[in-house]
Amino acid sequence: MSANAHAVPGRYPVPSSPRMPARATKLGPVSLGESSAPAIAPVAKVGLSEICLSYKTQTGERLLALDHINLQVRAGEFLCIVGPSGCGKSTLLHLIAGLHSQTSGQVLIDGKPVDGPGTDRILIFQEHGLFPWLTVAENVEFGMKMKGVPKAERQEKMRHYLRLVHLAKFEKSYIHQLSGGMRQRVAIARALATEPDVLLMDEPFAALDAQTRDLLHDELERIWSETGRTIIFVTHNVREAVRLGDRVVLLTFRPGRVKNEFPVTLPRPRSLEDPEVAMAARDVLDELREEINRSLEAEYQEGTKPHIEPGVEA
Amino acid sequence: MKRAARFIVFYAALFGVWVILAKLKIWPPYLFPTPWGVAEALYVGFQDHTYLIAIWVSMQRVLIGYAISVVLGMILGLGVASNKFLEETMGGLLVSLQSLPSICWWPLALLWFGLNQNAILFVVVMGSLLSVTLAMEDGRKQMPKIFGQAGRNLGAQGFKLFWYVLLPASLPFIVSGLKQGWAFAWRSLITAEMLYLSLGLGQVLMMGRDLNDMSAVIAVMLLIIALGYIIDGVVFKSMERHLQNKWGLAPAN
Repeated sequence: MSANAHAVPGRYPVPSSPRMPARATKLGPVSLGESSAPAIAPVAKVGLSEICLSYKTQTGERLLALDHINLQVRAGEFLCIVGPSGCGKSTLLHLIAGLHSQTSGQVLIDGKPVDGPGTDRILIFQEHGLFPWLTVAENVEFGMKMKGVPKAERQEKMRHYLRLVHLAKFEKSYIHQLSGGMRQRVAIARALATEPDVLLMDEPFAALDAQTRDLLHDELERIWSETGRTIIFVTHNVREAVRLGDRVVLLTFRPGRVKNEFPVTLPRPRSLEDPEVAMAARDVLDELREEINRSLEAEYQEGTKPHIEPGVEA
Repeated sequence: MKRAARFIVFYAALFGVWVILAKLKIWPPYLFPTPWGVAEALYVGFQDHTYLIAIWVSMQRVLIGYAISVVLGMILGLGVASNKFLEETMGGLLVSLQSLPSICWWPLALLWFGLNQNAILFVVVMGSLLSVTLAMEDGRKQMPKIFGQAGRNLGAQGFKLFWYVLLPASLPFIVSGLKQGWAFAWRSLITAEMLYLSLGLGQVLMMGRDLNDMSAVIAVMLLIIALGYIIDGVVFKSMERHLQNKWGLAPAN
Protein backbone atom coordinates (compact mmCIF):
# COMPACT_ATOMS: atom_id res chain seq x y z
CA MET A 1 0.00 0.00 0.00
CA SER A 2 1.58 3.18 -1.15
CA ALA A 3 1.24 6.62 0.28
CA ASN A 4 -0.35 7.81 -2.91
CA ALA A 5 -3.13 5.29 -2.75
CA HIS A 6 -4.06 6.70 0.62
CA ALA A 7 -3.42 10.28 -0.16
CA VAL A 8 -6.04 12.92 -0.08
CA PRO A 9 -7.67 13.56 -3.46
CA GLY A 10 -5.97 16.39 -5.28
CA ARG A 11 -2.94 16.01 -3.10
CA TYR A 12 -0.88 19.05 -2.36
CA PRO A 13 1.92 19.50 -4.86
CA VAL A 14 4.17 21.31 -2.38
CA PRO A 15 5.45 23.80 -4.93
CA SER A 16 6.98 26.67 -3.03
CA SER A 17 7.33 24.74 0.16
CA PRO A 18 10.70 24.72 1.88
CA ARG A 19 10.02 21.46 3.63
CA MET A 20 11.30 18.25 2.18
CA PRO A 21 8.95 16.89 -0.43
CA ALA A 22 10.23 13.39 0.15
CA ARG A 23 8.91 13.39 3.66
CA ALA A 24 5.37 13.95 2.56
CA THR A 25 5.28 10.79 0.53
CA LYS A 26 6.99 8.63 3.06
CA LEU A 27 4.90 6.03 4.77
CA GLY A 28 5.45 4.66 8.23
CA PRO A 29 7.63 6.02 10.99
CA VAL A 30 10.37 8.31 9.88
CA SER A 31 13.63 6.45 10.05
CA LEU A 32 15.60 7.42 13.10
CA GLY A 33 19.03 7.93 11.65
CA GLU A 34 17.89 10.47 9.13
CA SER A 35 19.11 13.93 10.00
CA SER A 36 18.71 15.68 6.69
CA ALA A 37 15.96 17.93 8.02
CA PRO A 38 18.05 20.83 9.33
CA ALA A 39 20.07 20.87 6.15
CA ILE A 40 17.14 22.10 4.04
CA ALA A 41 18.16 25.40 2.53
CA PRO A 42 15.17 27.79 2.75
CA VAL A 43 14.50 28.31 6.41
CA ALA A 44 11.18 27.08 7.74
CA LYS A 45 9.11 29.19 10.12
CA VAL A 46 9.10 26.40 12.67
CA GLY A 47 11.58 23.58 12.45
CA LEU A 48 11.67 20.58 14.69
CA SER A 49 14.90 18.72 14.42
CA GLU A 50 15.43 15.33 16.02
CA ILE A 51 13.25 16.16 19.03
CA CYS A 52 13.34 13.52 21.74
CA LEU A 53 11.72 13.73 25.12
CA SER A 54 11.98 11.19 27.87
CA TYR A 55 11.24 11.48 31.53
CA LYS A 56 11.01 9.44 34.71
CA THR A 57 7.64 8.08 35.69
CA GLN A 58 6.59 7.89 39.32
CA THR A 59 7.77 4.30 39.46
CA GLY A 60 11.23 5.42 38.38
CA GLU A 61 11.14 4.01 34.85
CA ARG A 62 12.33 6.16 32.00
CA LEU A 63 9.61 6.69 29.50
CA LEU A 64 10.23 7.87 25.96
CA ALA A 65 7.45 10.28 25.05
CA LEU A 66 8.72 11.76 21.81
CA ASP A 67 11.11 9.97 19.50
CA HIS A 68 13.14 11.87 16.90
CA ILE A 69 10.47 14.20 15.68
CA ASN A 70 11.40 16.06 12.51
CA LEU A 71 8.98 18.60 11.07
CA GLN A 72 9.21 21.72 8.98
CA VAL A 73 6.36 24.21 9.06
CA ARG A 74 6.44 26.96 6.48
CA ALA A 75 5.37 30.52 7.24
CA GLY A 76 1.62 30.93 6.99
CA GLU A 77 0.95 27.21 6.97
CA PHE A 78 -1.93 25.69 8.90
CA LEU A 79 -0.51 22.44 10.21
CA CYS A 80 -2.61 19.96 12.15
CA ILE A 81 -1.13 17.26 14.32
CA VAL A 82 -3.28 14.25 15.13
CA GLY A 83 -2.56 11.16 17.17
CA PRO A 84 -4.04 8.93 19.85
CA SER A 85 -4.09 10.21 23.39
CA GLY A 86 -0.71 9.61 24.92
CA CYS A 87 1.27 10.25 21.74
CA GLY A 88 2.78 13.39 23.19
CA LYS A 89 1.19 15.79 20.75
CA SER A 90 0.31 18.32 23.45
CA THR A 91 3.77 17.97 24.91
CA LEU A 92 5.21 18.77 21.51
CA LEU A 93 3.34 22.08 21.51
CA HIS A 94 4.66 22.88 24.98
CA LEU A 95 8.16 22.25 23.71
CA ILE A 96 7.65 24.60 20.77
CA ALA A 97 6.20 27.17 23.16
CA GLY A 98 9.36 26.81 25.25
CA LEU A 99 7.41 25.93 28.38
CA HIS A 100 9.30 22.64 28.69
CA SER A 101 12.64 21.51 27.43
CA GLN A 102 13.20 18.52 25.22
CA THR A 103 15.73 15.89 26.18
CA SER A 104 17.54 16.26 22.88
CA GLY A 105 17.02 17.90 19.52
CA GLN A 106 16.16 21.44 18.63
CA VAL A 107 13.15 23.65 18.08
CA LEU A 108 14.01 26.28 15.49
CA ILE A 109 12.07 29.44 14.74
CA ASP A 110 13.27 31.05 11.52
CA GLY A 111 16.30 28.84 11.87
CA LYS A 112 17.17 30.06 15.36
CA PRO A 113 17.01 27.63 18.26
CA VAL A 114 14.34 28.31 20.87
CA ASP A 115 15.40 28.89 24.44
CA GLY A 116 12.42 29.32 26.74
CA PRO A 117 9.08 30.98 26.10
CA GLY A 118 8.75 33.88 23.70
CA THR A 119 5.88 35.99 22.50
CA ASP A 120 6.60 35.03 18.91
CA ARG A 121 4.88 31.72 19.73
CA ILE A 122 1.66 31.80 21.72
CA LEU A 123 -0.01 28.66 22.99
CA ILE A 124 -3.78 28.40 23.28
CA PHE A 125 -4.77 25.79 25.81
CA GLN A 126 -7.70 23.43 25.75
CA GLU A 127 -8.87 24.89 29.05
CA HIS A 128 -8.22 28.37 27.58
CA GLY A 129 -5.93 29.45 30.47
CA LEU A 130 -7.50 32.88 30.68
CA PHE A 131 -6.96 34.79 33.91
CA PRO A 132 -10.19 34.82 35.93
CA TRP A 133 -9.08 37.79 38.03
CA LEU A 134 -8.89 40.02 34.96
CA THR A 135 -11.61 41.33 32.68
CA VAL A 136 -11.77 40.25 29.05
CA ALA A 137 -10.04 43.48 28.04
CA GLU A 138 -7.28 43.07 30.61
CA ASN A 139 -6.74 39.49 29.51
CA VAL A 140 -6.31 40.53 25.90
CA GLU A 141 -3.98 43.36 26.92
CA PHE A 142 -1.90 41.18 29.22
CA GLY A 143 0.83 40.17 26.79
CA MET A 144 1.25 43.73 25.56
CA LYS A 145 1.38 45.00 29.13
CA MET A 146 4.21 42.58 29.88
CA LYS A 147 6.02 43.93 26.84
CA GLY A 148 5.57 47.48 28.08
CA VAL A 149 3.31 48.65 25.24
CA PRO A 150 1.79 52.06 26.15
CA LYS A 151 -1.75 51.98 27.42
CA ALA A 152 -3.40 53.82 24.54
CA GLU A 153 -1.85 51.51 21.96
CA ARG A 154 -2.74 48.50 24.07
CA GLN A 155 -6.39 49.47 24.23
CA GLU A 156 -6.58 50.17 20.55
CA LYS A 157 -5.18 46.75 19.70
CA MET A 158 -7.31 45.07 22.34
CA ARG A 159 -10.43 46.55 20.71
CA HIS A 160 -9.21 45.54 17.28
CA TYR A 161 -8.68 41.91 18.25
CA LEU A 162 -11.88 41.68 20.26
CA ARG A 163 -13.73 42.92 17.19
CA LEU A 164 -11.93 40.28 15.15
CA VAL A 165 -13.41 37.54 17.35
CA HIS A 166 -16.78 39.35 17.60
CA LEU A 167 -16.54 40.03 21.31
CA ALA A 168 -16.29 43.83 21.28
CA LYS A 169 -19.23 44.14 23.66
CA PHE A 170 -17.68 41.96 26.34
CA GLU A 171 -14.62 44.05 27.18
CA LYS A 172 -15.64 44.52 30.78
CA SER A 173 -16.91 41.01 31.48
CA TYR A 174 -15.10 38.54 33.66
CA ILE A 175 -14.18 35.18 32.22
CA HIS A 176 -16.68 33.16 34.23
CA GLN A 177 -19.50 35.20 32.73
CA LEU A 178 -18.70 33.92 29.23
CA SER A 179 -19.69 30.68 27.52
CA GLY A 180 -17.08 28.08 26.59
CA GLY A 181 -16.96 29.22 22.98
CA MET A 182 -16.63 32.86 23.95
CA ARG A 183 -13.77 31.99 26.30
CA GLN A 184 -11.88 30.29 23.50
CA ARG A 185 -12.42 33.33 21.31
CA VAL A 186 -11.02 35.56 24.05
CA ALA A 187 -8.05 33.20 24.28
CA ILE A 188 -7.54 33.54 20.52
CA ALA A 189 -7.78 37.33 20.77
CA ARG A 190 -5.34 37.35 23.68
CA ALA A 191 -2.89 35.26 21.71
CA LEU A 192 -3.22 37.36 18.55
CA ALA A 193 -2.85 40.61 20.49
CA THR A 194 0.77 39.84 21.26
CA GLU A 195 1.19 39.53 17.49
CA PRO A 196 2.95 36.19 17.46
CA ASP A 197 4.25 34.67 14.24
CA VAL A 198 3.11 31.25 15.33
CA LEU A 199 -0.13 30.24 17.02
CA LEU A 200 0.05 26.94 18.87
CA MET A 201 -3.36 25.48 19.57
CA ASP A 202 -3.72 22.56 21.94
CA GLU A 203 -7.09 20.92 21.27
CA PRO A 204 -8.71 24.31 21.75
CA PHE A 205 -12.19 23.24 20.73
CA ALA A 206 -12.31 19.78 22.26
CA ALA A 207 -14.46 20.81 25.21
CA LEU A 208 -17.03 22.69 23.13
CA ASP A 209 -20.36 21.56 21.77
CA ALA A 210 -20.55 20.72 18.07
CA GLN A 211 -22.34 23.88 16.92
CA THR A 212 -19.97 26.20 18.75
CA ARG A 213 -17.02 24.25 17.38
CA ASP A 214 -18.27 24.58 13.80
CA LEU A 215 -18.59 28.32 14.23
CA LEU A 216 -15.13 28.59 15.72
CA HIS A 217 -13.69 26.57 12.85
CA ASP A 218 -15.09 29.14 10.44
CA GLU A 219 -13.84 31.98 12.56
CA LEU A 220 -10.38 30.52 12.98
CA GLU A 221 -10.10 29.91 9.24
CA ARG A 222 -11.11 33.49 8.55
CA ILE A 223 -8.70 34.91 11.15
CA TRP A 224 -5.92 32.74 9.81
CA SER A 225 -6.45 33.95 6.26
CA GLU A 226 -6.78 37.57 7.41
CA THR A 227 -3.71 37.61 9.65
CA GLY A 228 -1.49 35.18 7.78
CA ARG A 229 -0.19 33.57 10.94
CA THR A 230 1.41 30.18 11.05
CA ILE A 231 -0.79 27.80 13.01
CA ILE A 232 0.11 24.47 14.56
CA PHE A 233 -3.09 22.89 15.70
CA VAL A 234 -3.18 19.72 17.80
CA THR A 235 -6.31 17.62 17.93
CA HIS A 236 -7.43 14.03 18.29
CA ASN A 237 -10.27 14.71 15.89
CA VAL A 238 -9.18 13.75 12.38
CA ARG A 239 -12.06 15.44 10.64
CA GLU A 240 -11.31 18.67 12.44
CA ALA A 241 -7.69 18.36 11.32
CA VAL A 242 -8.64 17.81 7.68
CA ARG A 243 -11.23 20.57 7.77
CA LEU A 244 -8.70 23.10 9.04
CA GLY A 245 -5.22 22.07 7.95
CA ASP A 246 -3.05 22.55 4.90
CA ARG A 247 -1.34 19.41 6.06
CA VAL A 248 -2.10 16.77 8.64
CA VAL A 249 0.71 15.07 10.53
CA LEU A 250 -0.04 11.77 12.20
CA LEU A 251 1.90 10.80 15.29
CA THR A 252 2.28 7.25 16.56
CA PHE A 253 1.29 6.08 20.00
CA ARG A 254 4.01 6.25 22.65
CA PRO A 255 6.72 7.00 21.85
CA GLY A 256 5.41 9.70 19.55
CA ARG A 257 6.95 9.54 16.09
CA VAL A 258 5.85 11.08 12.83
CA LYS A 259 4.00 8.20 11.22
CA ASN A 260 2.78 9.95 8.12
CA GLU A 261 1.92 13.30 6.61
CA PHE A 262 -1.18 14.07 4.57
CA PRO A 263 -1.32 17.27 2.54
CA VAL A 264 -4.86 18.60 2.23
CA THR A 265 -5.57 20.62 -0.89
CA LEU A 266 -9.34 20.78 -0.70
CA PRO A 267 -10.61 24.27 -1.54
CA ARG A 268 -11.45 26.60 1.31
CA PRO A 269 -13.68 27.47 3.02
CA ARG A 270 -14.36 23.89 4.00
CA SER A 271 -16.95 22.41 6.27
CA LEU A 272 -16.87 19.39 8.55
CA GLU A 273 -19.82 18.01 6.62
CA ASP A 274 -18.16 18.17 3.20
CA PRO A 275 -18.00 14.66 1.73
CA GLU A 276 -14.49 15.45 0.50
CA VAL A 277 -13.43 16.27 4.05
CA ALA A 278 -14.96 13.02 5.24
CA MET A 279 -13.19 11.08 2.49
CA ALA A 280 -9.85 12.62 3.22
CA ALA A 281 -10.37 12.08 6.92
CA ARG A 282 -11.01 8.40 6.30
CA ASP A 283 -7.53 7.98 4.86
CA VAL A 284 -5.96 9.50 7.93
CA LEU A 285 -8.29 7.66 10.22
CA ASP A 286 -7.35 4.28 8.77
CA GLU A 287 -3.80 4.82 9.85
CA LEU A 288 -4.71 6.46 13.10
CA ARG A 289 -6.85 3.48 14.05
CA GLU A 290 -3.81 1.23 14.31
CA GLU A 291 -2.30 3.64 16.79
CA ILE A 292 -5.50 3.96 18.75
CA ASN A 293 -5.64 0.18 19.03
CA ARG A 294 -2.08 0.14 20.28
CA SER A 295 -2.90 2.81 22.85
CA LEU A 296 -5.97 0.91 24.02
CA GLU A 297 -3.99 -2.31 24.31
CA ALA A 298 -1.38 -0.55 26.39
CA GLU A 299 -4.08 0.96 28.50
CA TYR A 300 -5.68 -2.39 29.25
CA GLN A 301 -2.35 -3.99 30.03
CA GLU A 302 -1.17 -1.30 32.38
CA GLY A 303 -4.47 -0.89 34.11
CA THR A 304 -3.56 2.67 34.73
CA LYS A 305 -2.27 4.84 31.99
CA PRO A 306 0.74 6.98 32.84
CA HIS A 307 0.07 10.54 31.87
CA ILE A 308 2.16 12.10 29.21
CA GLU A 309 0.43 15.40 29.59
CA PRO A 310 2.91 18.21 30.07
CA GLY A 311 3.13 19.58 33.53
CA VAL A 312 2.73 16.28 35.31
CA GLU A 313 6.42 15.67 35.32
CA ALA A 314 8.25 17.52 38.07
CA MET B 1 -36.33 36.55 59.41
CA LYS B 2 -36.26 33.20 61.15
CA ARG B 3 -32.52 33.45 61.46
CA ALA B 4 -32.74 36.88 63.04
CA ALA B 5 -35.34 35.59 65.47
CA ARG B 6 -33.14 32.69 66.56
CA PHE B 7 -30.26 35.09 66.90
CA ILE B 8 -32.26 37.41 69.16
CA VAL B 9 -33.64 34.59 71.27
CA PHE B 10 -30.19 33.11 71.84
CA TYR B 11 -28.56 36.34 72.92
CA ALA B 12 -31.54 37.41 75.02
CA ALA B 13 -31.36 34.06 76.84
CA LEU B 14 -27.62 34.44 77.38
CA PHE B 15 -28.17 37.93 78.72
CA GLY B 16 -31.00 36.68 80.92
CA VAL B 17 -28.83 33.97 82.48
CA TRP B 18 -26.16 36.55 83.16
CA VAL B 19 -28.64 38.91 84.84
CA ILE B 20 -30.12 36.10 86.96
CA LEU B 21 -26.72 34.82 88.07
CA ALA B 22 -25.63 38.34 88.96
CA LYS B 23 -28.90 38.98 90.84
CA LEU B 24 -28.60 35.75 92.82
CA LYS B 25 -25.29 37.05 94.19
CA ILE B 26 -23.74 33.57 94.41
CA TRP B 27 -20.42 35.34 93.93
CA PRO B 28 -19.57 38.80 95.23
CA PRO B 29 -20.14 41.58 92.64
CA TYR B 30 -16.41 42.29 92.26
CA LEU B 31 -15.94 38.73 91.02
CA PHE B 32 -19.13 38.47 88.96
CA PRO B 33 -20.21 41.83 87.61
CA THR B 34 -23.65 42.76 86.38
CA PRO B 35 -24.24 43.69 82.72
CA TRP B 36 -24.85 47.31 83.63
CA GLY B 37 -21.62 47.31 85.63
CA VAL B 38 -19.80 46.26 82.44
CA ALA B 39 -21.73 48.84 80.42
CA GLU B 40 -20.69 51.50 82.87
CA ALA B 41 -17.06 50.39 82.70
CA LEU B 42 -17.24 50.63 78.89
CA TYR B 43 -18.78 54.09 79.14
CA VAL B 44 -16.14 55.32 81.58
CA GLY B 45 -13.33 53.75 79.58
CA PHE B 46 -14.40 55.49 76.39
CA GLN B 47 -15.20 58.69 78.24
CA ASP B 48 -11.67 59.15 79.57
CA HIS B 49 -10.19 57.97 76.23
CA THR B 50 -8.40 55.01 77.84
CA TYR B 51 -10.02 52.56 75.46
CA LEU B 52 -9.67 54.72 72.39
CA ILE B 53 -5.96 55.12 72.99
CA ALA B 54 -5.61 51.42 73.75
CA ILE B 55 -7.46 50.45 70.57
CA TRP B 56 -5.41 52.89 68.50
CA VAL B 57 -2.10 51.56 69.88
CA SER B 58 -3.08 47.91 69.57
CA MET B 59 -4.43 48.30 66.04
CA GLN B 60 -1.27 50.04 64.96
CA ARG B 61 0.89 47.27 66.32
CA VAL B 62 -1.15 44.46 64.89
CA LEU B 63 -1.37 46.07 61.47
CA ILE B 64 2.38 46.66 61.27
CA GLY B 65 3.13 43.15 62.52
CA TYR B 66 0.58 41.57 60.23
CA ALA B 67 1.82 43.49 57.22
CA ILE B 68 5.36 42.27 57.88
CA SER B 69 4.09 38.69 58.19
CA VAL B 70 2.15 38.88 54.95
CA VAL B 71 5.08 40.19 52.94
CA LEU B 72 7.62 37.82 54.51
CA GLY B 73 5.19 34.91 54.49
CA MET B 74 4.41 35.27 50.82
CA ILE B 75 8.06 35.38 49.87
CA LEU B 76 8.88 32.43 52.11
CA GLY B 77 5.85 30.41 51.06
CA LEU B 78 6.51 30.98 47.40
CA GLY B 79 10.14 30.04 47.88
CA VAL B 80 9.26 26.85 49.68
CA ALA B 81 6.63 25.94 47.10
CA SER B 82 8.83 26.47 44.09
CA ASN B 83 12.14 25.09 45.34
CA LYS B 84 12.49 21.40 46.03
CA PHE B 85 15.43 21.84 48.37
CA LEU B 86 13.64 24.45 50.48
CA GLU B 87 10.51 22.34 50.50
CA GLU B 88 12.31 19.30 51.81
CA THR B 89 14.29 21.21 54.44
CA MET B 90 12.22 24.21 55.50
CA GLY B 91 8.82 22.67 54.86
CA GLY B 92 9.03 20.31 57.80
CA LEU B 93 10.55 22.93 60.05
CA LEU B 94 7.74 25.36 59.36
CA VAL B 95 5.07 22.81 60.17
CA SER B 96 6.79 21.79 63.40
CA LEU B 97 7.28 25.42 64.42
CA GLN B 98 3.56 25.90 64.16
CA SER B 99 3.08 23.85 67.30
CA LEU B 100 5.00 26.49 69.25
CA PRO B 101 2.70 29.10 70.80
CA SER B 102 3.92 32.46 69.60
CA ILE B 103 4.29 33.82 73.14
CA CYS B 104 7.15 31.35 73.62
CA TRP B 105 9.15 33.79 71.50
CA TRP B 106 8.63 36.46 74.16
CA PRO B 107 11.74 35.75 76.28
CA LEU B 108 13.85 35.61 73.17
CA ALA B 109 12.29 38.80 71.85
CA LEU B 110 13.03 40.55 75.15
CA LEU B 111 16.68 39.59 74.99
CA TRP B 112 17.02 40.55 71.35
CA PHE B 113 15.02 43.75 71.24
CA GLY B 114 14.68 44.79 74.88
CA LEU B 115 11.43 45.62 76.55
CA ASN B 116 9.87 47.73 73.84
CA GLN B 117 7.53 47.87 70.88
CA ASN B 118 9.83 45.81 68.65
CA ALA B 119 9.65 42.85 71.01
CA ILE B 120 5.86 42.93 70.74
CA LEU B 121 6.02 43.23 66.97
CA PHE B 122 8.37 40.26 66.84
CA VAL B 123 5.92 38.10 68.75
CA VAL B 124 3.06 39.23 66.51
CA VAL B 125 5.07 38.41 63.40
CA MET B 126 6.09 35.02 64.74
CA GLY B 127 2.45 34.34 65.56
CA SER B 128 1.09 34.94 62.09
CA LEU B 129 4.07 34.41 59.80
CA LEU B 130 3.78 30.63 59.77
CA SER B 131 0.09 30.60 58.85
CA VAL B 132 0.70 33.00 55.99
CA THR B 133 3.75 31.06 54.80
CA LEU B 134 2.00 27.71 54.86
CA ALA B 135 -1.08 29.19 53.21
CA MET B 136 1.02 30.72 50.45
CA GLU B 137 2.92 27.48 49.93
CA ASP B 138 -0.32 25.56 49.74
CA GLY B 139 -1.96 28.16 47.52
CA ARG B 140 0.94 28.11 45.10
CA LYS B 141 0.65 24.33 44.83
CA GLN B 142 -3.12 24.28 44.51
CA MET B 143 -3.13 27.01 41.91
CA PRO B 144 -3.73 25.48 38.48
CA LYS B 145 -0.43 25.19 36.60
CA ILE B 146 -1.99 26.59 33.49
CA PHE B 147 -1.93 30.16 34.86
CA GLY B 148 1.83 30.12 35.32
CA GLN B 149 2.30 28.57 31.88
CA ALA B 150 -0.01 31.05 30.21
CA GLY B 151 1.73 33.92 32.01
CA ARG B 152 5.18 32.81 30.94
CA ASN B 153 3.92 32.19 27.45
CA LEU B 154 2.65 35.77 27.26
CA GLY B 155 6.02 37.13 28.27
CA ALA B 156 5.75 37.48 32.06
CA GLN B 157 8.80 36.44 34.00
CA GLY B 158 10.53 37.04 37.32
CA PHE B 159 8.81 39.63 39.46
CA LYS B 160 6.22 40.42 36.81
CA LEU B 161 5.19 36.77 36.73
CA PHE B 162 4.82 36.78 40.52
CA TRP B 163 3.01 40.08 40.76
CA TYR B 164 0.66 39.85 37.79
CA VAL B 165 0.06 36.11 37.64
CA LEU B 166 1.13 33.92 40.55
CA LEU B 167 -0.07 36.23 43.31
CA PRO B 168 -3.54 36.99 41.94
CA ALA B 169 -3.93 33.39 40.80
CA SER B 170 -3.25 32.04 44.26
CA LEU B 171 -5.31 34.61 46.19
CA PRO B 172 -8.50 32.52 46.39
CA PHE B 173 -6.42 29.68 47.77
CA ILE B 174 -4.61 31.76 50.38
CA VAL B 175 -7.35 34.03 51.62
CA SER B 176 -8.34 31.59 54.36
CA GLY B 177 -4.69 31.34 55.41
CA LEU B 178 -4.44 35.13 55.49
CA LYS B 179 -7.51 35.18 57.68
CA GLN B 180 -6.02 32.61 60.02
CA GLY B 181 -2.79 34.61 60.10
CA TRP B 182 -4.78 37.65 61.13
CA ALA B 183 -6.42 35.76 63.99
CA PHE B 184 -3.03 34.54 65.22
CA ALA B 185 -1.55 38.02 64.96
CA TRP B 186 -4.39 39.49 66.98
CA ARG B 187 -4.11 36.84 69.71
CA SER B 188 -0.34 37.10 69.90
CA LEU B 189 -0.56 40.84 70.24
CA ILE B 190 -3.00 40.76 73.14
CA THR B 191 -0.93 38.10 74.92
CA ALA B 192 2.28 40.08 74.49
CA GLU B 193 0.61 43.28 75.62
CA MET B 194 -0.59 41.56 78.78
CA LEU B 195 3.02 40.72 79.61
CA TYR B 196 4.38 44.13 78.79
CA LEU B 197 2.88 47.24 80.34
CA SER B 198 2.65 49.87 77.63
CA LEU B 199 -0.80 51.03 76.62
CA GLY B 200 -2.63 48.67 74.30
CA LEU B 201 -5.73 46.60 74.98
CA GLY B 202 -3.79 43.80 76.67
CA GLN B 203 -2.44 46.20 79.21
CA VAL B 204 -5.85 47.73 79.92
CA LEU B 205 -7.11 44.22 80.48
CA MET B 206 -4.38 43.53 83.04
CA MET B 207 -5.05 46.88 84.67
CA GLY B 208 -8.59 45.75 85.38
CA ARG B 209 -7.22 42.70 87.10
CA ASP B 210 -4.75 44.76 89.17
CA LEU B 211 -7.51 47.06 90.28
CA ASN B 212 -9.79 44.12 91.04
CA ASP B 213 -12.25 45.67 88.59
CA MET B 214 -13.99 42.72 87.05
CA SER B 215 -16.41 44.93 85.11
CA ALA B 216 -13.48 46.58 83.35
CA VAL B 217 -11.93 43.18 82.60
CA ILE B 218 -15.09 41.93 80.95
CA ALA B 219 -15.52 45.22 79.13
CA VAL B 220 -12.05 44.97 77.58
CA MET B 221 -12.59 41.30 76.73
CA LEU B 222 -15.72 42.31 74.85
CA LEU B 223 -13.74 44.99 73.02
CA ILE B 224 -11.08 42.50 71.97
CA ILE B 225 -13.69 40.09 70.67
CA ALA B 226 -15.54 42.86 68.86
CA LEU B 227 -12.45 44.22 67.12
CA GLY B 228 -11.24 40.81 66.02
CA TYR B 229 -14.69 39.97 64.75
CA ILE B 230 -15.12 43.21 62.87
CA ILE B 231 -11.86 42.80 60.97
CA ASP B 232 -12.69 39.19 60.20
CA GLY B 233 -16.29 39.83 59.28
CA VAL B 234 -15.81 43.06 57.38
CA VAL B 235 -12.35 43.06 55.85
CA PHE B 236 -11.87 39.39 55.07
CA LYS B 237 -15.50 38.69 54.21
CA SER B 238 -15.58 41.47 51.66
CA MET B 239 -12.27 40.31 50.24
CA GLU B 240 -13.64 36.79 49.89
CA ARG B 241 -16.83 38.05 48.30
CA HIS B 242 -14.88 40.21 45.89
CA LEU B 243 -12.77 37.23 44.80
CA GLN B 244 -15.82 35.03 44.44
CA ASN B 245 -17.49 37.57 42.19
CA LYS B 246 -14.47 37.95 39.98
CA TRP B 247 -13.72 34.27 39.70
CA GLY B 248 -17.34 33.23 39.57
CA LEU B 249 -16.98 30.83 42.50
CA ALA B 250 -20.07 29.80 44.39
CA PRO B 251 -20.60 31.90 47.51
CA ALA B 252 -19.42 30.20 50.66
CA ASN B 253 -22.73 30.27 52.53
